[in-house]
Amino acid sequence: MRTYPRRRLLGAAALATALVLAGCGGSDDDSAPSSGAPVSEADVRAALQKGGNLTVWAWEPTLKQVVAKFQQAYPAVKVDLVNAGTGNDQYTAVQNAVAAGSGGPDVAQIEYYALPQFALGKSIAELGPYGAGALESTFTPGPWASVHSGKGVYGLPMDSGPMALFYNKQVFDKHGLKVPTTWAEYLDAARRLHKADPKAYIANDTGDAGFVTSLIWQAGGKPYQVDGTTVTITFADSGTQQFAAVWQQLISEKLLAPIVSWSDQWYQGLGNGTIATLATGAWMPANFTSGVPAASGRWRVAPLPQWQAGAKASAENGGSSLAIMEKSGNKALAYAFLRYATDGDGVQTRVDNGAFPATTAQLTSPAFLDSKFAYFGGQQANRIFAESARNVAGGWSYLPFQVYANSIFKDTVGQAYVSATPLADGLKAWQDRSAKYGKEQGFTVK
Amino acid sequence: MAKGIRRRRSALLTALTGIVLIYSLVPLVWLVLNATKTQEGLFSSFGLWFDDGRFALGDNIRQTLTYDDGIFLRWLGNTLLYVVAGAGGATLLAVLAGYGLATYDFPGRRGVFATVIGAVAVPGTALAVPTFLMFSRLGLTDTPWAVIVPSLISPFGLYLMWTFTREAVPAEIIEAARMDGASELRTFYRIAVPMLAPGIVTVLLFSMVATWNNYFLPLIMLRDPDWYPLTLGLSAWNAQAATAGGQPVFHLVITGSLLTVLPLLAAFLLLQRYWQSGLAAGSVKQ
Repeated sequence: MRTYPRRRLLGAAALATALVLAGCGGSDDDSAPSSGAPVSEADVRAALQKGGNLTVWAWEPTLKQVVAKFQQAYPAVKVDLVNAGTGNDQYTAVQNAVAAGSGGPDVAQIEYYALPQFALGKSIAELGPYGAGALESTFTPGPWASVHSGKGVYGLPMDSGPMALFYNKQVFDKHGLKVPTTWAEYLDAARRLHKADPKAYIANDTGDAGFVTSLIWQAGGKPYQVDGTTVTITFADSGTQQFAAVWQQLISEKLLAPIVSWSDQWYQGLGNGTIATLATGAWMPANFTSGVPAASGRWRVAPLPQWQAGAKASAENGGSSLAIMEKSGNKALAYAFLRYATDGDGVQTRVDNGAFPATTAQLTSPAFLDSKFAYFGGQQANRIFAESARNVAGGWSYLPFQVYANSIFKDTVGQAYVSATPLADGLKAWQDRSAKYGKEQGFTVK
Repeated sequence: MAKGIRRRRSALLTALTGIVLIYSLVPLVWLVLNATKTQEGLFSSFGLWFDDGRFALGDNIRQTLTYDDGIFLRWLGNTLLYVVAGAGGATLLAVLAGYGLATYDFPGRRGVFATVIGAVAVPGTALAVPTFLMFSRLGLTDTPWAVIVPSLISPFGLYLMWTFTREAVPAEIIEAARMDGASELRTFYRIAVPMLAPGIVTVLLFSMVATWNNYFLPLIMLRDPDWYPLTLGLSAWNAQAATAGGQPVFHLVITGSLLTVLPLLAAFLLLQRYWQSGLAAGSVKQ
């Protein structure tokens, strides 16, 4: 699930940081990690029959139905599903529980970008001993790569966000614009649209870390390289340069609406044609349906524009996994729940309720591919999303302290969106401050 | 109002007061106006006027109270619990301690005074993290106790009651009560408390507002939405708009906010008369 950083209490952010530091400082105390002793499929099944209580912290709405059906199927298990906040709010709560040594859940929803941080801090369990390694072919490549930290698997992919371009067809038709297939065409369309209607913009963008990293990912950039505790951070590669060149023009020519994503203004803009396109993850349709019902029928889906004409590269934007907390007292049962929700019967339940899966079985099933979206004028949008999922560029990784890095995005790269600071300088500042933080945390940063 | 003073009008003062009045009232007016709109109406109509032809206040209130199995009512109940137990307890403790410190002379009183004054200066936010870690050790996080117990302590209330007692309850009266054979407890209940009523109401109102609006403490103490107070609940509803697959409910957030401020407004209006009479106490030398 994709969540965008929202304005938070500074205090809450400070608390998170303080406790991350505390957590890292004393990470090798008590209870040694349980990895090693393998847990067989039979053990997991036995845990299901024996039953018990599980606490799950997740904000993903469709899990409610999954939990209900899971408890029906396994009456001995009682699952307490708690929405402990969306994204960062929940991570703060998890960090607090880890630092305090109690009060945490058994299972937590963790976005892909945040997973390495929890894995390296040893607050979540490695799933290798449970046989998670054998699930490689179950999931699409992007999400499967994302649940790894080093060679270990630390979560099971719950959903994914292969990117696509959502565009307001009514606006495009009105101004005779062609759907862009490259980012150069996108820039051109942005200019023509804003000239034809000064109130309309090709997109809204006030600077978003997840979006920037996704587009660099699509362009083949690999700004973050992680090898154990050795981290390389560089925004000098050609992928980043390509992104920065196009986006600098969009920013300098004021072609991006200064509207914050997920705000009421944003929903308004998506509805009234002020915002003409949205390049984002395949989980977006559910939000269109519930948040912008008035624009039903006006929007369509197209493949993500390319950096090279004719190419078919894509990237993931958002998406989250389910992970087991190291402190959980019933990991076998927790793993059984993970399996049910991510590659068992739970997947179909979630798809039926509007979630976008990370499983190959669903992404290749004719029923899934052929389903027509009334919101998109009857378009079979899943075909485009599934194609995008297959073409996600390989070799991407996030930092083991990406949550922190994203939290300073506004102060660094974000400046380029609101002042005369060049995007390249902003990226350099982001790189430097991320590297500095990494060193302070004990990483070898190159 | 003393009769001898002639009221003079000053255009400048009137204008300044008017500006402050508008400044304070505009957000409330906005809240009331926008609570009457549907979600689409919020997007398509001017913020400081009604949505043409659509008056959805009744429907919004109904939806607010029933959305997600009526969780709003649960949050309202939680908030009332925290206010009654937290603010009520804080007032009780402040009155007892303030009276005690003002009336009895004992060694270490200056030390207590310094501690209380120091505690007034420490913002509650700064203590939130240590408090969290302590409660976590006790296994009390994610329970109502984690919100109620820290709310019981009100250094400011204590200080206020202390000063108020010194000004409003003359030592001679207490002395007289003792001479007549009243026990210390009886003196407190029958003689002091009625005289302290305006101060008690003031402290009660302050603690009520603080507890009712408390956000940060429950934010770090509570995980389970079933124990959320209204502040956290509304923030969670607001966050739904920023969640993939979440349902934006801006109209319910606005209507819920309106419903949330009403009880506080009511409390102020009802307790106002006790309050006004108390504010001037001690301001004139007899």
